[in-house]
Amino acid sequence: MSLLQIFDLSWVAATIRLATPIALAAQGETLSERAGVLNIGLEGVMLNSAFAGVVGAYYSGSPWVGLLLGMLVGALTALILAVASITFRANQIVIGAAINILAMGITGVLFRAIFGLEQQVTVMSFKPYPIPVLSQIPVLGPVLFQQNVLVYLGYVLVPLLTIVLFRTHWGLAIRAVGDEPQAVDTAGISVIKIRYLAVLIGGALGGLGGVSLSLGQLNLFAEGMISGRGFMALAAVIFGRWHPVGGVLAALFFGGADALQLRMQVLGWQVPYEFMLMLPYVLTLLTLAVFAGRASQPKALGENYAREVR
Amino acid sequence: MTKPILEMKQITKSFGSLIANDQVDLTVQPGEIHGLLGENGAGKTTLMNILYGLYRQEAGEIYIDGNPVQICSPKEAISLGIGMVHQHFMLVHNLTVTENVILGQAKKGQLFINRQEAAAQIKAKAEEYGVELDPWAKIEDLTVGLRQRVEIFKALFRGARLLILDEPTAVLTPPEVEQLFQLLTNFVRQGNSVICITHKLHEIKTICDKVTILRGGRLVGTYVTNEVDADELAVLMVGEKAVTPVKSRKSGNNKVFLKVENLTTELDEGDSPLNQLSLEVYEGEILGVAGVDGNGQTNLAHCLAGLKQPKDGKMWWAGKEMNGLSAKVLAEQGLAYIPADRHGTATAMGMSLAENLICRRFSLAPFSCKGFLSPKAIEHYVQAKIKDFEIKTPSPLVRLAALSGGNQQKVVLAREIDGEPRLIIAHQPTRGLDIGSTNYVHRVLMEAAQKGASIILLSTELEELFAICDRIAVLYRGQVMGILPAQETYLREVGLMMAGRVEPKGVDDHHH
Ligand SMILES: Nc1ncnc2c1ncn2[C@@H]1O[C@H](COP(=O)(O)OP(=O)(O)OP(=O)(O)O)[C@@H](O)[C@H]1O
Ligand SMILES: [Mg+2]
Repeated sequence: MSLLQIFDLSWVAATIRLATPIALAAQGETLSERAGVLNIGLEGVMLNSAFAGVVGAYYSGSPWVGLLLGMLVGALTALILAVASITFRANQIVIGAAINILAMGITGVLFRAIFGLEQQVTVMSFKPYPIPVLSQIPVLGPVLFQQNVLVYLGYVLVPLLTIVLFRTHWGLAIRAVGDEPQAVDTAGISVIKIRYLAVLIGGALGGLGGVSLSLGQLNLFAEGMISGRGFMALAAVIFGRWHPVGGVLAALFFGGADALQLRMQVLGWQVPYEFMLMLPYVLTLLTLAVFAGRASQPKALGENYAREVR
Repeated sequence: MTKPILEMKQITKSFGSLIANDQVDLTVQPGEIHGLLGENGAGKTTLMNILYGLYRQEAGEIYIDGNPVQICSPKEAISLGIGMVHQHFMLVHNLTVTENVILGQAKKGQLFINRQEAAAQIKAKAEEYGVELDPWAKIEDLTVGLRQRVEIFKALFRGARLLILDEPTAVLTPPEVEQLFQLLTNFVRQGNSVICITHKLHEIKTICDKVTILRGGRLVGTYVTNEVDADELAVLMVGEKAVTPVKSRKSGNNKVFLKVENLTTELDEGDSPLNQLSLEVYEGEILGVAGVDGNGQTNLAHCLAGLKQPKDGKMWWAGKEMNGLSAKVLAEQGLAYIPADRHGTATAMGMSLAENLICRRFSLAPFSCKGFLSPKAIEHYVQAKIKDFEIKTPSPLVRLAALSGGNQQKVVLAREIDGEPRLIIAHQPTRGLDIGSTNYVHRVLMEAAQKGASIILLSTELEELFAICDRIAVLYRGQVMGILPAQETYLREVGLMMAGRVEPKGVDDHHH
C-alpha cells in the first residue's frame, strides 16, 4: 500500500471536514483568550450547542434554526463563565471545569427527557453544497468547495476575525485587555464590557463549532459526542500562537491526524483500532508539550481584574 | 480671581481599618504646578486615584472649574480633562507608541484604526512640545524615560488640562528630569495645571509653585514654595520625629574581599552586556556604581548574585571563586541581594509580609522542623523584624502588595541584611522612598559595612552615592570608565564619565 493511497485528495477533503469544528471553536477561544479570559469550559460549550442544534433542527425541521439556537446556547453557556469570573472574580479554571461537568449532566438529562430512550437522534442537517463555479476548479475545487455551509462560514470567519483583532479599535482594545487590563481601564475603556463581549462572542463561535459537529458532520446527537474536540481547540489556540490563522492551521493538523486514523482503519491496518483512535489525542499532547511556552500568551490570561485590589 | 481648576474637599477613603485619606483638601489653580509631598504611605497615590476615578471616596466632594462632579471611572476623569501618569506605568508593552496613545480614542462610528494618521498627529504634538518620540516604536524597546513620555502624550492626546504625575522623576536620569521639567513648564504656560508627587524636596523647590503636604493620611497644609525652605518642608512632612542625619563612618580596611576580572556577558535585551568589566571591593567598603540606567547594572548585579552566568571572566570572594555557584549557595554563604525590581525579583507581592520575610530561610531551623513550618518561631521572628525595621503594617499576615512602597522595601532589607552578610549587592535600594526611609536604608547599609560587610551600591542618584560610598565606579556601556574617591570634588568627572567621556587624568583608587 503506497503513501499516495493514504494521503490522497479525499484525505484532504476529510481533513477539512474533520478540522472544522475544532477550527471554529478555536476562533472563538482565540477571541476570548486575547481578552484575557481562559475558557476551559469550551468542551462543555460545544456539547451544549451540539445538543441545542439538534433540538432546534428536530423541532423546526431546519438546520438553520438549529444553528442559531446552538450559537445562542453557546453564548449563554459562556455567560456563566463571564458572570462568575468577570463580575464575581471566581477562578476561571474552576468555573471552566464546572461548565464541562455541567454540560455533560444537562445534555444527558435533557436528551433522555426529550427523546426518550433512543440512543441517537438523527435530524435534518447541513448537506454538502458545491459552490457553482469554484467547485469546478481542478483538484482544489472539489476538495475546498464541495463542503457544507459551516465549512464555508469558517472560510469567512478567519480573515474577518483577523481584521477585527488587528485592524479595528475594538480589536486593539481586546488585545490590550488581555495583556494589561489596568492600562486599558486607565485609558478610559471599560475592561468589563470588552471582556464580556469577547467571552460571549467566543461562546457563540464555540457553539458554532459544536453545531458543525452535530449538524454538519455526524447528523445526530449522542452523549459526550464532543469527545475532547473542545480541548483540542484549546490546544489549537496555543499551538496557533493566539492568532486566528494559526488556530486554523493547528486545527487542520489535528483534523488531518483524525482523517488519517480513519483511513488506516478503513484500509485495514494490522493495528488495534483503539491505537488509531488515540492518534489525534497523542498529537495534541505532544504539540502542547512542545509549544506551550508562555512567551506569546496574553500576559493577563486567566487573571481577573479589579480596580481597588492591589 | 479666577476659579480654581480643581478643588477637593474633605476627601476620606479607607481600606479596611486603615484610613488612607482623612478629610483631605486640595486646591489647584490654572497655570500652577502643585507639589504633593508626604512620607511613604501618607496617602498621596490614593488621593490621586480618587481624582482619576480609580477609587471611590467615602466622603468629600470634588469640584472642577467650580462645578461639583462625580468621578466614577477614568473615562469620566478623562472627559473632565484630567490625565494621570501612574507610579507604575500603564502601558501595553507589546504594542507600539501609536497604539498605546490611540487606545480608547476611537471617534464615534470609527471602526478601523488609521495608524498613519495617528502617528502623524503624535509626531506633530511632540514637535509642538519640542521633544522626540518615535510613534512606531514598541513600548518594550523604549527606555523608562521614553515610556514616561508616552504616558504624558497619552494624557495630552486625551485633552488633559490637569496632569497628575506620580513620582515622575524617581526613574529618570538627570538630563531626562531637565527635559520633563521643560515640558511641564511649557504645558502650564498655556493655562493648564500639574499635580506632581515627589519625594525630592529640591524638585519641589525648583518647579512647584505651591506644595500640599500629607502626613498619615491627614492634611498638614498647603504652602507657597518660595516661603518655606527644604528643611522646613522635611519637618512638616515627618512631624515631630527628627530627620535622622546620615552618620559618617570610617571607611573599609585594605583587604580585598571581592575581585571581579574581565567579566563579560551575552547580549540581552534591556541592559548593556558587560564588556571586560573588572573591579575590586575591600572589606567593610561601600563601592558605589554610578551610571545611567541600562549601562550594565542589572547584568553586573545578576552575575554577582548567581542569577546569570557570565560568558567570560572570573569572580572571587574572600579569595574563593564565585563562578558557577548558584544563587542559593551564594546566599547561604553570606551574599545579600537587594534587586532593583521590587515587584518581580525582590518580593512575592501576593504572599504575606511574614512569608516574604522568611522566604530565604524557611526550610531551616527554627522556621522549619521535621519538614513542617513552625508558626510560633516564625511569628516571633517576624514580630521582631517588624519592630526593628519599623515596618508599618496592620498585621504580619497582610499581602505584601497592600503595603506602601517604602514599607515593601523595608521588608526586603530586613530579610536580606539578616545574619551578618559578607557581601551586599544593593541595586537602587532607595528608589521611590521618602527621606526618612532613604536615610534608614543608608544607615542600615553603613552599619553593615561597619560590621565588615563589603557593599556594592548601584544607583543612578549621585547624591546618594557621594553621601555614603567610599569610592565610586562609573559604569558606561558595560565597562568601568574609572574609579574615583567619593568626594564632591570629583562630581564633574563622574558626570563626564557617565556620558562616556573618560577624563585623561583618571584618578584611581589609592586613597587607602
Ligand atoms: N488598594 C489598597 N488596598 C489596601 N490598602 C491600600 C490600597 N491602596 C493603598 N493602601 C494603603 O493606603 C495607605 C496609603 O497608600 P498610598 O499608596 O496612597 O501611599 P503613598 O503616599 O502614595 O506612598 P508612597 O510614597 O510609598 O507611594 C498605605 O498604608 C497603603 O498600604
Ligand atoms: Mg504612591
